[in-house]
Amino acid sequence: MCLSIPSKIISINGDKALVSVGGTEYEASLQLLDDVKVDDYVLIHTGFAIQKISEEEANETLRLFNELEDIEKKIDREVEGK
Amino acid sequence: MKYIDEFRDKVLVDQLLEKISSVTSKEIALMEVCGGHTWAIQKFGIPFLLPENIKLLSGPGCPVCVTSKKFIDQAVAYSRLKDVIITTYGDLIRVPGSTSSLNVEKSRGADVRIVYSVLDALQIAKENPSKRVVFLGIGFETTAPSSAAGIHNALKEKLTNFFVFSSHKIMPPAMAALIDEGVTINGYIAPGHVSVITGSHIYEGIPSKYGVGCVISGFEPVDILQSIYMLCKQIQENDYRVEIQYKRVVKPEGNVKAQEMMAEVFTLRDDWWRGLGTLKDSGLAIKEKYSNFDAEKMIPVEVEETKEEKGCICGEILKGLKKPNDCRLFAKVCTTSNPVGACMVSHEGACNAYFRFNK
Repeated sequence: MCLSIPSKIISINGDKALVSVGGTEYEASLQLLDDVKVDDYVLIHTGFAIQKISEEEANETLRLFNELEDIEKKIDREVEGK
Repeated sequence: MKYIDEFRDKVLVDQLLEKISSVTSKEIALMEVCGGHTWAIQKFGIPFLLPENIKLLSGPGCPVCVTSKKFIDQAVAYSRLKDVIITTYGDLIRVPGSTSSLNVEKSRGADVRIVYSVLDALQIAKENPSKRVVFLGIGFETTAPSSAAGIHNALKEKLTNFFVFSSHKIMPPAMAALIDEGVTINGYIAPGHVSVITGSHIYEGIPSKYGVGCVISGFEPVDILQSIYMLCKQIQENDYRVEIQYKRVVKPEGNVKAQEMMAEVFTLRDDWWRGLGTLKDSGLAIKEKYSNFDAEKMIPVEVEETKEEKGCICGEILKGLKKPNDCRLFAKVCTTSNPVGACMVSHEGACNAYFRFNK
């Protein structure tokens, strides 16, 4: 029920948008979300765009994790080296 | 696919599993309260990847599963009215009521239509002015704003034959009720898409009152494992709070526009949850201002007496007290093609997910 799919906005017409998910295009309502533009990725739920997906935050989640790992490995190496 | 593949990365998954194993050896029970998480956890086999000290429980996160039989019986009663078209999300149609289901009524000639969106139900109402179109509004905070938008649009377009039968519910009262009942939960994997709408503040009472952390999680393996790691870390450090793992879509303040739409149309009321009984201020009723679109007020109907299924332990499964394979009906009498209880019907039900991926 709460499943939502990342979809890319192809075009906008008033409060409706044509979105693409994995190449399949369909119409979604923009009634519940402001400030979106063509090429933005949005979450679609029961025909409504409910949030913009932040590329920055997505990369940050993956990057922070990798960085943390690198730091921990570096510390481990230093400890072993002593 | 973008925003999916990178969160299924095997190297990241392995790294996270290593971190989870090293963070704590305490016995930990974590509960997810979103049907999407139930499904993803079973699909990706996450319980089999985790160290033995970490147990995952499924909570009351499947809207179809927690919906009362009385709601199904009333929907069945509506479907028997000659001038009514029932519009519903697909899951609900197969849920057994006391003596019938929408699917059975459809086979007997009732006009029951599966829709993807409330907008489809509005379109059906426009195309059938001589019929009364009843949309079955189920779901948590993720879905309630769209039902609200449907009612809002019906008013704007002056539709007089569109009605919503609301069983919408909100999540936090159920999360608190489980701990109040004494279910052992050391951390909540909090629902990602509910939180897209509500923001993170709705869970603040859980760590402050109960000392149980909440991490709002995405739905891919890396998301879920990272959330489990964050919860384990909170437990190890004895520092319980609300954190957001699913930052690419969940903002602390949520989607304010959707919240406003929900608040415009709905008001809180006490509501009944399978397994938990009646919880104060846990359901959403349609406000008086929009009562012309409220099926309960506008379409009086006689509803049969509710009869619960014998032997079905859906209620205990929804509280995380029992696993689906503890039920003597599971995979024998009760299967995905012939479900006895609601938890086997919905894709998001624990029994359905176990039956598919973990039988």
